[in-house]
Amino acid sequence: MQKRRVAAMKRDFADLHLRLNVKDSAGTSRLINKAAKLGYRLIAVPLAPETRREEVAKLRETCREADVDFASRVDLRPRTPNDLMVQLRRLRRKFEVIGVACENKQVARQAAKDRRVDLISFPLLDFRRRFFDRAEAELASNSLAALEVDVKPLLVLEGPARVRLLSCLRREAEVAVKSRVSIVVSSGVAVEMLLRKPREMAALAFLFGLDEDFALDAVSQNPCAIVKRNREKLGSGFVAPGIRVVREGKDC
Amino acid sequence: MKRAKRRYLALQIDSDGAASRKEFMYAVWDAVVKLYGEYGASLTGLTLIDYDVERKTAILRTSLVTVNMVRASLASMRSLAGAEAAVHVLAVSGTIKALRKKLNW
Repeated sequence: MQKRRVAAMKRDFADLHLRLNVKDSAGTSRLINKAAKLGYRLIAVPLAPETRREEVAKLRETCREADVDFASRVDLRPRTPNDLMVQLRRLRRKFEVIGVACENKQVARQAAKDRRVDLISFPLLDFRRRFFDRAEAELASNSLAALEVDVKPLLVLEGPARVRLLSCLRREAEVAVKSRVSIVVSSGVAVEMLLRKPREMAALAFLFGLDEDFALDAVSQNPCAIVKRNREKLGSGFVAPGIRVVREGKDC
Repeated sequence: MKRAKRRYLALQIDSDGAASRKEFMYAVWDAVVKLYGEYGASLTGLTLIDYDVERKTAILRTSLVTVNMVRASLASMRSLAGAEAAVHVLAVSGTIKALRKKLNW
């Protein structure tokens, strides 16, 4: 019990979906500082594929000043599996996290089996287009893609819409846990007042059936593992998982 | 009869407006009832122990088994007395004394 408590205290919390307007530096700085104050150690910001390097560097600097680690992220909304492959080929090596918003079943299946995809998400209010079933979970489990759940709709929706969303999320979370698919709980917010502490996010995950440990992993261990894995892959010496170039030269 | 175990939650209210004790408690009950219904709310045994309008802090008491329910309800609160607000849990403890000691209140 004591061991578990100590492990829980040592967690580094992450929010992989903080929506920032890169052009508004004051608002960006405020939101990043707020995230740091609430206890996040890592944040990922979805950027447009054509975002300039200077803007990313500026964002990284703001995060460094707030003592938060920054990860670049891109969200893809492909219409066809082929479109997804093209976008992944173009962007995978430019961003640390890649999320795919699955708008149809073919894209969902392709995203779940492609090892270059980190996060898969589904339309929040269109329940017929949430394709996270057992087949999807099996594919995602083999490719290490995680299911991303934003808590923002749980905060802003009320009444029957929230009831329906919770019921849907509960079913998906159960499938994910059974198939050993990681769940990542993110905020998905763009305003300070909707930002919650990591443990509060975990408490909201409790609403769709995750127990305490799973919920805490969804805001700490799972997102951190994705970023760590991708940074290793994007590093210059990476060859394959567990293999990297240590030294090059004739004397090797 | 077995004594019911309780937990005390120290809260920080993040809001531009100033809500009275009554308004705050009404908003908390409202959030709990919205998420868990009247039956669920009746299990929580929520009581406001302390409320400081100036420091925007509060101490709530709830039953141990419903701590997660209360946490989720507090996290789902978006407004307080007509102003945008967020309620953050600073600490949870088994006694008020330990809670105050933890936070130096």
